[in-house]
Amino acid sequence: MSSVYEQIGGEAAVDAAVDIFYRHVLGDNRISRFFEGVDMETQAQKQKAFLTMAFGGPHNYTGKDMREGHAHLVKQGLNDSHFDAVAENLAKTLKELNVPQNLIDEVMTIAESTREDVLGR
Amino acid sequence: MPAITYEDNSYALGEGESVLDCLAREGHDIPSSCRSGVCHSCMLRATSGELPPAAQKGLKDAHRAQGYFLSCCCHPEGDLTVTRADDATQKVAARVLRKETLNDRVLRVVLETDKPLEYFPGQFVNFARPGGLVRSFSLASVPALGNELEFHVALVLGGSMSGWLHHEAAPGDPLELLGPLGNCFYVSGNPEQPLFMLGTGTGLAPLYGILRDALNQGHRGPIHLFHGALLASDLYLTESLRDLDGKHENFTYHASVRDEPGEDWMEQGAVDTLALKTAPDLKGWKVFLCGNPDLVKQVQRKTFMAGANMKDIHADAFLPAGGG
Ligand SMILES: Cc1cc2nc3c(=O)[nH]c(=O)nc-3n(C[C@H](O)[C@H](O)[C@H](O)COP(=O)(O)OP(=O)(O)OC[C@H]3O[C@@H](n4cnc5c(N)ncnc54)[C@H](O)[C@@H]3O)c2cc1C
Ligand code: HEM
Ligand code: FES
Repeated sequence: MSSVYEQIGGEAAVDAAVDIFYRHVLGDNRISRFFEGVDMETQAQKQKAFLTMAFGGPHNYTGKDMREGHAHLVKQGLNDSHFDAVAENLAKTLKELNVPQNLIDEVMTIAESTREDVLGR
Repeated sequence: MPAITYEDNSYALGEGESVLDCLAREGHDIPSSCRSGVCHSCMLRATSGELPPAAQKGLKDAHRAQGYFLSCCCHPEGDLTVTRADDATQKVAARVLRKETLNDRVLRVVLETDKPLEYFPGQFVNFARPGGLVRSFSLASVPALGNELEFHVALVLGGSMSGWLHHEAAPGDPLELLGPLGNCFYVSGNPEQPLFMLGTGTGLAPLYGILRDALNQGHRGPIHLFHGALLASDLYLTESLRDLDGKHENFTYHASVRDEPGEDWMEQGAVDTLALKTAPDLKGWKVFLCGNPDLVKQVQRKTFMAGANMKDIHADAFLPAGGG
């Protein structure tokens, strides 16, 4: 059985998803403020890291990295509602790309598993 | 504290300091200009130690592999031994050939090089003056013009390089050019793709180069060039651009003026608003944005939201020297 990442289409799927996902996030005023300020290309690169991880692809991030990487956002008030909004945009992106529902469900499970670390609890 | 070793001396890197800051503090004359990773004038080479990825962002793979890095963006976690990187950037000797007034504040500077510079119109080069003054300027010429390189230089109040070029530089004066650099240029291979070009002030320089390059290469898709200004007298090259507009079916020149009605063929309003009204859906377009850093950043976001892919948006922000 191949991984979710492989079934979705690997790096090509991440490339296809990143612009759509990032556009949704920037257009969602519940969370756009967290993604503003920094250089857009750097941000897009980070969204690629996010998507690769959520798709169950190869990455070197530990739970501790996720805590540290989002700690400055938690200080700015990052909470469950923002986490839910990001997850919602992720699901919406995958639907637009016609990813089958069973794979979307698996991606959502992977994303959900990082909740406590991302929110620093 | 990490130690930086340079020319047989070691210095402790201060809190928050870049390698460039550290060496400059110790009196070493490392060239620099933008201090934000754009111009590459501060490039050094590490002969031992580990480089943070941010210090090599935007470098060619071959340079990266050899340890070249941008000292203004280098905040290493461990010790580094570094040397000059003089051999890494192409250097070309040039002379001022002529100067022409384009408007009250903008000068066309034409330089001549001894040997031809290989470049894509829209890239930039660093002008280096004796004494270490380095500033970036964008190429408005096309290689078909031979060894003549065209630049548009806006006069900045109290500006060292622009002041020298406007007031003192005379035909025959030497300048050293480093580069070319940057990836804001036309790439052939997709002649039907619509092109969106937007700039204010001398942001027109790279766009003028890119435009002529695209037309010379037989680009067939629609090309829209938006040049924005506060007053009609801030615009320049209007006749050449209107002329090109008349000659090429697929090219449209949009001149806009924000703070006065301007002439009857101009539009009034903010250039980004007008441009996005003309081209509201940018899915599949290639986008070139040049000039004022704040405007470039805002329009980068707007064009992305209007459907352009991130990899199709080329943003060339004219950051002032010194960084922020
Ligand atoms: C990639 C790139 C491409 C560029 N291409 C061009 C080009 O084609 N044409 C062009 O004219 N310029 C271009 N620039 C800007 C150019 O490199 C210089 O920054 C500019 O000419 C000012 O340099 P200076 O030595 O005259 O002024 P400096 O001596 O550096 O500055 C004098 C003072 O003016 C301030 N200042 C600098 N720039 C501005 C500004 N724009 N508005 C208000 N205050 C300012 C400085 O902070 C300083 O206080 C480009 C910059 C970059 C990074
Ligand atoms: C769903 C679970 C999440 C995962 C798996 C995840 C993963 C990641 C990863 C891998 C990075 C890149 C880190 C780096 O290389 O620097 C990152 C960065 C980032 N994430 Fe998340 N993230 C999640 C949720 C969120 C949420 C809910 C927000 C805010 C609403 C958010 C905002 C950001 C921002 C702004 C960055 C860039 C930080 C910076 O500028 O350094 N993330 N995330
Ligand atoms: S890249 Fe370092 S000073 Fe410009």
